[in-house]
Amino acid sequence: MLGKKNRGIDDSRKDNTTHSELTHKTVILNVYRANARKDDSPRYDTFEIPVQRWMTVLDALLFAKSYSDSSIGIRYSCRMASCGSCGMKINGIPRLACYTKISELSGGRTITCEPLSNFPLIRDLVTDFSQFFERHKEMAPFIRNDNANITDETMLSEFKQSPKDVDQYLQFSYCIKCGLCYSACPTVATDTRFPGPQALSQAYRYYADTRDNSSIQRLNIADDRHGIWRCHFAGSCSAVCPKGVDPALGIQLLRGHLMGFSRNEKKIAELRDPVSEQ
Amino acid sequence: MIGMLKEGQIMKIHYITGIAALFVVAVHIIVRLITPSFSLSLVYENVIKNYHNTPYIILLESILILVAIHGFNGLRIILLELRQNKPWEDGVAIFTIAATIALIAYGTRTIIVASGLGLG
Repeated sequence: MLGKKNRGIDDSRKDNTTHSELTHKTVILNVYRANARKDDSPRYDTFEIPVQRWMTVLDALLFAKSYSDSSIGIRYSCRMASCGSCGMKINGIPRLACYTKISELSGGRTITCEPLSNFPLIRDLVTDFSQFFERHKEMAPFIRNDNANITDETMLSEFKQSPKDVDQYLQFSYCIKCGLCYSACPTVATDTRFPGPQALSQAYRYYADTRDNSSIQRLNIADDRHGIWRCHFAGSCSAVCPKGVDPALGIQLLRGHLMGFSRNEKKIAELRDPVSEQ
Repeated sequence: MIGMLKEGQIMKIHYITGIAALFVVAVHIIVRLITPSFSLSLVYENVIKNYHNTPYIILLESILILVAIHGFNGLRIILLELRQNKPWEDGVAIFTIAATIALIAYGTRTIIVASGLGLG
């Protein structure tokens, strides 16, 4: 049976049922409801959802949206943790709804879905990523190599990189920009100009890439009054990343380079000669 | 002054003064503990005697400078995270530099007066 009722924020997390008691075949889904364009006070809508063993939180939300309340605001796309669209706080922790199975949650029969912290709310579970992407862009997240000739199409080729070179930045390139680390970061919560763990780890990702020869410029971007030094190394960014990226590590490695503990010179990768290798 | 330095350079100074302060304060505590008359260390004559001991004066001046720089830069960082706008940030920078200089100047004056170096 499906049911929906409105509840206040205060009594939204009172279910203490344990994980092993998930035998009812239904879960209680509390969904945060608010609209930034209206002055309505936020509330939680409650839905009773029948569960299957394989069900994810996104499946449960879509079930509620399909059969109970089509007005629930959710953003999602790939349903396979590739696009990073369905980030939200599930039982208080930033997670991807499509990557979180209901059976894995420890909150018992009750699942509470809220919008990501540190992002302006648009509606319900949908938040505004404009500032997050702006911070990402500020770090110049692309390969810059003035020595590479990309105007002559006949000479277009690829850079030669060893597996060791790739290992320097590979894990950071797995970032899908889902914003979970940004949401979990305590510094972002207090310092509105802090770039956040995602942007700073991407700064390291391109800094460490041997195809890029603009390391100094990138270090200068991160070395700001509200930049990399404001990280408190809480580590919550790394704890919530669904792709196994360790942004806190990237920040510390970049700090090491700024402090001079690590070598700042890197051997810039050479282009493969397309003519001689034909 | 803070505006002339990059944040990375300021933070280097912050970390170095922090580690150095730990060292000099530890030396200061050890010196106090191994002094036989620990219970009398705050007696007027003993305090004045300490201020006439040149290595000890250097140690006290080092503590003063290192702790002042490290402490007020720490305060600057806390205040920067409190609010973010240019007047506030510039005000915080000016206040912390002025406070650091004032504290070091006042402390140094005390050391000079107590050691008798200031008496012509």
